[in-house]
Amino acid sequence: MTTPIQLAESLSTTTLLRFATAGSVDDGKSTLVGRLLHDSKSVLTDQLEAVQDASRKRGQEAPDLALLTDGLRAEREQGITIDVAYRYFATPRRRFILADTPGHVQYTRNMVTGASTAELAVVLVDARNGVVEQTRRHAAVAALLRVPHVVLAVNKMDLVDYAEPVFAAMAEEFTAYAASLGVPEITAIPISALAGDNVVEPSAHMDWYGGPTVLEHLETVPVSHDLTACHARFPVQYVIRPQTAEHPDYRGYAGQIAAGVFRVGEPVTVLPSGRTSTIAGIDLLGDSVDIAWAPQSVTVRLADDVDVSRGDLIAPSDDAPAVTQDVEATVCHVADQPLTVGQRVLIKHTTRTVKAIVKDIPSRLTLDDLSQHPAPGQLIANDIGRVVVRTAEPLALDAYADSRRTGSFLLIDPADGTTLSAGMAGASFAAVTQAPAPAGDDAEWDF
Amino acid sequence: MTTVATVSEGTDNPYALSHLDSLESEAVHIFREVAGEFERPVILFSGGKDSILMLHLALKAFAPAPVPFTLLHVDTGHNFPEVLEYRDRTVAEHGLRLHVASVQEYIDAGKLRERPDGTRNPLQTVPLTEAIQQHRFDAVFGGGRRDEEKARAKERVFSLRDEFSQWDPRRQRPELWQLYNGRHAAGEHVRVFPISNWTELDVWQYIEREGIELPEIYFAHEREVFNRSGMWLTAGDWGGPKEHERTETRQVRYRTVGDMSCTGAVDSDATTLDAVITEIAASRLTERGATRADDKMSEAAMEDRKREGYF
Repeated sequence: MTTPIQLAESLSTTTLLRFATAGSVDDGKSTLVGRLLHDSKSVLTDQLEAVQDASRKRGQEAPDLALLTDGLRAEREQGITIDVAYRYFATPRRRFILADTPGHVQYTRNMVTGASTAELAVVLVDARNGVVEQTRRHAAVAALLRVPHVVLAVNKMDLVDYAEPVFAAMAEEFTAYAASLGVPEITAIPISALAGDNVVEPSAHMDWYGGPTVLEHLETVPVSHDLTACHARFPVQYVIRPQTAEHPDYRGYAGQIAAGVFRVGEPVTVLPSGRTSTIAGIDLLGDSVDIAWAPQSVTVRLADDVDVSRGDLIAPSDDAPAVTQDVEATVCHVADQPLTVGQRVLIKHTTRTVKAIVKDIPSRLTLDDLSQHPAPGQLIANDIGRVVVRTAEPLALDAYADSRRTGSFLLIDPADGTTLSAGMAGASFAAVTQAPAPAGDDAEWDF
Repeated sequence: MTTVATVSEGTDNPYALSHLDSLESEAVHIFREVAGEFERPVILFSGGKDSILMLHLALKAFAPAPVPFTLLHVDTGHNFPEVLEYRDRTVAEHGLRLHVASVQEYIDAGKLRERPDGTRNPLQTVPLTEAIQQHRFDAVFGGGRRDEEKARAKERVFSLRDEFSQWDPRRQRPELWQLYNGRHAAGEHVRVFPISNWTELDVWQYIEREGIELPEIYFAHEREVFNRSGMWLTAGDWGGPKEHERTETRQVRYRTVGDMSCTGAVDSDATTLDAVITEIAASRLTERGATRADDKMSEAAMEDRKREGYF
């Protein structure tokens, strides 16, 4: 048992993992989330009392842990989760931000929301039901959003006598399926959220399982990628020009490094103009540094007095992205109003917002069976489809597969500001063309 | 078959940021997005730890230039004198501009009526929303954190409010990646919460790391208090204690700073940041559960207030 003092000491140096959970209504997601929160001391007495009170008022004997996360009146009235809730908990090894996403199919947009910032997704299945359509949907969304780590949590192992073959068959089926979608790392863990097997404590019932518990895995999964393999990207947010007696000539470009590493002395190109210069200095929130990397917020100074403003992208001269006005992408449509061919929209990409027109919607994906429907004409709420967009000004756009940050964009309704669609530039599932479809499913992946 | 973790690198990657650095970087990004996209942003500044933290982050985000925002304080008239002193000193130190919306002035002018329970926290909504309209603020930074309360856990970082400042949780824009959508019509504004993802412990650890000065009431000190509904309230002109309530001197500190009529003190001997952090890490109560009466009024008290324009 860790003492509070040890916890406080260790917490200041730990890393942060953002993860999302996905699961169908009765897969035990609330129980799993409840146990993770509870066993990490993140449910405090007054919160638990509030849940007990509310449960009692509803005539329930046991506290309904879903009330911990279902915070809105409408959710509590209807007993369903409508919207993503963010939860926070910590262990001595790491801090966690959990995007708790609703499982209903009509809330695909919410899973997309939760997964967009997640480094890891936990997909829950019921050991009695196995890998079902909903599991495939969740895996497909995780793959589409390029969540680097996916955990298959096979829940309710207590109801199948903790039988290894049950778990092994599901793990194999899911791993083959998710790998074919291009999920880079898959970990399957047999659990019972209710009984507590392999969630925080290793199970005494499953000697045959040699892997980590859910929490152990969350604590040890790497949170930063190999930055040397990433294309360095720096979208300019804001130009800092104090014009004071102390700093009469300071001109710095403020932003958050979207990917990779930048070094002082490095030759860089500013896009879309294509002007070149050299990094003269990097200020890390008050400190001068020689090197900075994603996702640090910094201020970059250039050696030459080139024209740089919000919306520009600074990249290494030998590794700059191409600029384009023709964007091909997969989008998840998140608004109630449809997206149609010919529609005028705004596209928000990094710090740049430009006018655009939807030239084509070549296909729509049905998540139920992953079949593709050609030329649907429009996308409605929760649809995922391919789009072709022509922009009024060039964008320095990467493929989403290469950079989640500089390959993603929003489509926005210029009339009322509604966020219409979440966009991912480039080809869809990278690994799909060679991958065989899983048994019993003849769907085409390349939609 | 891949049924166990395939990665065992651990967290000794030299490029891994500490969680405080990650949160700081994210908050700075949010401040700069607002500076880049809005015309008239304002930071709600009460002199409480969350708004002090926000101001500190804003100072770092735009250094060596000054913070390009004004400040707004909704003064309930029942604020702690030490906190108001801190507020004015900080504003002067950084050469900032502070607007004050006064609940007392609204009551004196007959535009708001004192509540029977004496709590002025809900009365802040009208002066706040009118100040936003009067000054035509289009982005309003708040220090709200999602770990504080279940309705806040549902709040976006960029939260669109209509011309009446109302929050409609069912009509929130999905928030994807770090692409914050701040578009709004004239008369509407966006509430922005740069420290959404911070917990109370993060706030304290960051304050310690950065050596940020706080008002004295956050540290254990002797104070004249009396008990009302299980909370230790500070005796004062605001309306306490009543006849049947007895005052006593206790060693206490505050976990939150708000209106004196509904913000309770906790028994404590934590006189240093270290001791405060140890105390919070061991506490079995949330900061609002321990010390805020206004959240206990109903199961959805916060959601209801937020719908009306509270931050």
